Amino acid sequence: MSLSSFMIIGFTAGMSIISPGFGGRRRSSRPDLPPGQYLTHDFPVLSAGPTPRIPLERWQFTITDETGGKHSWSWPEFQDLPAEDVTTDIHCVTKWSKLGTTWRGVTLDTLFENVETTADYTMVHGYGGYTTNVPLEDLLDGKAWVAYQFDGEPLAPEHGGPARLVVPHLYFWKSAKWVNGIEMLQQDEPGFWEEAGYHMYGDPWREQRYQGD
Amino acid sequence: MARTAVPGRLSWRVATVEAARRETPSARTLVLRVPQWPGHLPGQHVDVRLTAPDGYSAQRSYSIASAWRDDGLVELTVQRVEDGEVSSYLIDDLEVGRPLELRGPVGGWFVWRAAPPPVLLVAGGSGVVPLMAMIRARGDVRGRQPFRLIYSVRTPQDALYAAELARRVRDDPGLDVHFVYTRKTPDGWPEPPGRLTVATLNTHGWPPDFAPDVFVCGPTAFVEAAADILVALGHDPGKVRTERFGGIS
Ligand SMILES: Cc1cc2nc3c(=O)[nH]c(=O)nc-3n(C[C@H](O)[C@H](O)[C@H](O)COP(=O)(O)OP(=O)(O)OC[C@H]3O[C@@H](n4cnc5c(N)ncnc54)[C@H](O)[C@@H]3O)c2cc1C
Repeated sequence: MSLSSFMIIGFTAGMSIISPGFGGRRRSSRPDLPPGQYLTHDFPVLSAGPTPRIPLERWQFTITDETGGKHSWSWPEFQDLPAEDVTTDIHCVTKWSKLGTTWRGVTLDTLFENVETTADYTMVHGYGGYTTNVPLEDLLDGKAWVAYQFDGEPLAPEHGGPARLVVPHLYFWKSAKWVNGIEMLQQDEPGFWEEAGYHMYGDPWREQRYQGD
Repeated sequence: MARTAVPGRLSWRVATVEAARRETPSARTLVLRVPQWPGHLPGQHVDVRLTAPDGYSAQRSYSIASAWRDDGLVELTVQRVEDGEVSSYLIDDLEVGRPLELRGPVGGWFVWRAAPPPVLLVAGGSGVVPLMAMIRARGDVRGRQPFRLIYSVRTPQDALYAAELARRVRDDPGLDVHFVYTRKTPDGWPEPPGRLTVATLNTHGWPPDFAPDVFVCGPTAFVEAAADILVALGHDPGKVRTERFGGIS
C-alpha cells in the first residue's frame, strides 16, 4: 500500500498522517494543555536513577555567584523564610500534564534578595548529582519557588523531597528534584538531560522537547 | 559525564508497518521501516504520534526493542494498558502496511554503549523492551560482558520474548536470565509467587564490588522499589540508571 493512499492534513507544525479509527478513547483535549500533552490525575515520576534520601539535618541550599561568593541556608533557616502557597499547572516532557497542583515554598526572589550578580544563566544542582540549566530571568519575578510541600503534605522523596525547584512555565525536568543549590554562570551550559539531547530552554507551549525543536 | 554527540533536529518521520507479531496475548511487536533512520543505541526510545481525522493528536514514548542493523528497521513492543488510548490503537487497530509517525532516537543516558563492565538488567513487565535491545546488541557483536537479566512478570504467559531469551541463554555466552513471578509461577517453580525482594537481587544480581552497570526499567512503582533495594545493597547510585514507564505511583 502506498503512502499517497492516506489522507494527509496540514498543521502549522508540519504535515500529519491520519490514523483511521484513532481518537475513540481520547482524553479531554483542552486549551490549557500545551501541544502534545495529555491530562493525568496521577503524579508520574521522571528520574534518571534511584531516589536519594536526604536527612534534614544534612540538608543545605546554596546560591553560588560568579565570583564564588556563597549564600547558604540550613533546613531550619530555610523554614524561617517567608513561604508562599502556589497553585499551578505542570507539564512533563514525557507528555503528561497535571493541572492545578498546589505547592508551598520559598520564592526565588526571596533567595536572591542579597545576591549580587551580573550573570544571566544558572545551573541548578540537586542531591544525587542532577543538574539543569535555567536562565536567571526565568527564576525571578514570581516565576519559581523552592517547594517543600505538595498538596499540603511534606514533599515525598520520589517527587523531589525534601525540597525541589518548581519552575512551572518550563517542562518539569527544569524543576530540579532534591535541589541543593544554584550556581550563577556567565554563559548557558547544558545540564543533565540537556546533555542527553533535550532542549536547552524547554518551553512546553512551543513544544521545545528536544534539541532543535 | 562525557558530552554526548547530539543529533540535529529530531524531525517527524513517516514509518511503515512492515510486519507485526503477537508476543503475548496483551503485547504486540511492530516492525517499522523508517526512511533515513540515523540508527540508534540500545536503550533509546522514539516518540509516536497518532492523529485523528479531526486533527486531534496524541503522543507517547516507546522504547526501541531491536538492535540497529543498518537495515532501516526499528521494532517497538507495545504492552496493552487497560483502556489505554495509544497502546490499544497500536495493538488492535494499526494494520500492517499502514504509516505511523515517529521521531527519535531519543535519550543519551539510559543507553548501553558496549562498555566493558558486567551488566545487571532489572525489568518489570514491558520494561524489558529497552533491556532486550541491549541483549540483542550484545548478541550481534558477540559481546563477552557478563550480562544478567532479572525479569519480573505476573505470570509465565506475560513474559515477552520468552523463546528468544531461552535460546540466547543457550547460545550467547555469559548471559543469564532469572524470572520473578508475581501472580502465578510455572508448575514446579521452587518459590511461591511474589515481588522482587532484597534476596532476589542479592542472589541473582551482581555483587556491588563487581561495579556493574545497572539498568532498571518498568512501571514507576517497580523501578522505585528495585532501585531502592540496589542502593541498600551497596550499589553506587551513580551506576544505577532507570527508565520509568509510568503507571500509578
Ligand atoms: C521513555 C518511555 C519508554 C516507554 N517504552 C514503552 C515500551 O517500550 N512499551 C510499552 O508498552 N510502553 C512503553 N512506555 C509507556 C507508553 O509511553 C505509554 O505510557 C503506554 O503505552 C500507555 O499509553 P496509553 O495511551 O495506552 O494509555 P493512557 O490512555 O495514557 O492511560 C490509560 C491509563 O493507564 C495508566 N497508565 C499510563 N501508562 C501506564 C503504564 N506504563 N503502565 C500502567 N499504567 C499506565 C494511566 O495513568 C491511565 O490511567 C514508555 C514510556 C516512557 C516514558
